[in-house]
Amino acid sequence: MKEEQDYIQDIAEIRSMMERSSKFLSLSGWAGIMAGMYALAGAWIANTVLGFNPEEIFYIPSSLPKVILLALLILILALATAIYFSWKKGHKNGEKIWNATSRRLLANMAIPLLAGGILIVILISKGLIGLIAPLTLLFYGLALYNASKFTFDEVKFLGMIQVGLGLISSWFIEYGLLFWAVGFGVVHIAYGIYIHLKYER
Amino acid sequence: MISINGLHKAFESRIRLAIMSALAVNDSLDFSSLKEFLDVTDGNLATHLKKLEKEGFIEVEKSFIDNKPNTKYFMTPEGREAFDEHLNVLEKIIKSQK
Repeated sequence: MKEEQDYIQDIAEIRSMMERSSKFLSLSGWAGIMAGMYALAGAWIANTVLGFNPEEIFYIPSSLPKVILLALLILILALATAIYFSWKKGHKNGEKIWNATSRRLLANMAIPLLAGGILIVILISKGLIGLIAPLTLLFYGLALYNASKFTFDEVKFLGMIQVGLGLISSWFIEYGLLFWAVGFGVVHIAYGIYIHLKYER
Repeated sequence: MISINGLHKAFESRIRLAIMSALAVNDSLDFSSLKEFLDVTDGNLATHLKKLEKEGFIEVEKSFIDNKPNTKYFMTPEGREAFDEHLNVLEKIIKSQK
């Protein structure tokens, strides 16, 4: 016959299994910190080196191709870093990073991100460059909010903050790049530090 | 006092309990995902799945993805009821012993 201790252990295992099989928890705080650094560096280069600073919605600077290239580079760097740190953290916890939970997390981010990505391409082709920073924040925030059920609860707040920043910056277009740097840079770093201190020590 | 019989025999094994926990929060899971979450051998997992299937707590759906067989498992309404009841009984036992 089982003892009380066994029943408590049963419940602990049920909880742990429910969480492990429904949430992807190998996302590392370091991924957020590094992504934030890349974003800050990118925003700084775009602004000072390439003279990119949209002051109104319709804006086509001569450095546009370089800015797009820079943005793609930051995106690839941030993704590669996130995958690397997830792989490392998963390895430590004995969890594969390509599993049922990570697939679901990505599937739930995919629709808002794809919709946002396509919209950005359309905006670029129409010369509506001033809207890009606010709308990347908005769609990224929606993707995070949508996917937050399948990872750390904190991702929900991260998503809401990005949505909020996106909406505010679409009102103040001339500060778009600054808001973008705050959202993708400062907020990511703060989130990364919080996750690292809370779950990774 | 709570009778020990209130606990379903099928859930005596911690592996079966873990299978039910994973299926409780997922619409369905395939064999390899379950295996990864539970960290058990193929044969061991298959035996426990068979037992739960016999109880009518889970159902199996076989299909082919890219010509490879894919077996998906999901909880039946009976399984959910039994699992919820099991949780209630566990809770009562722990409370009554405090």
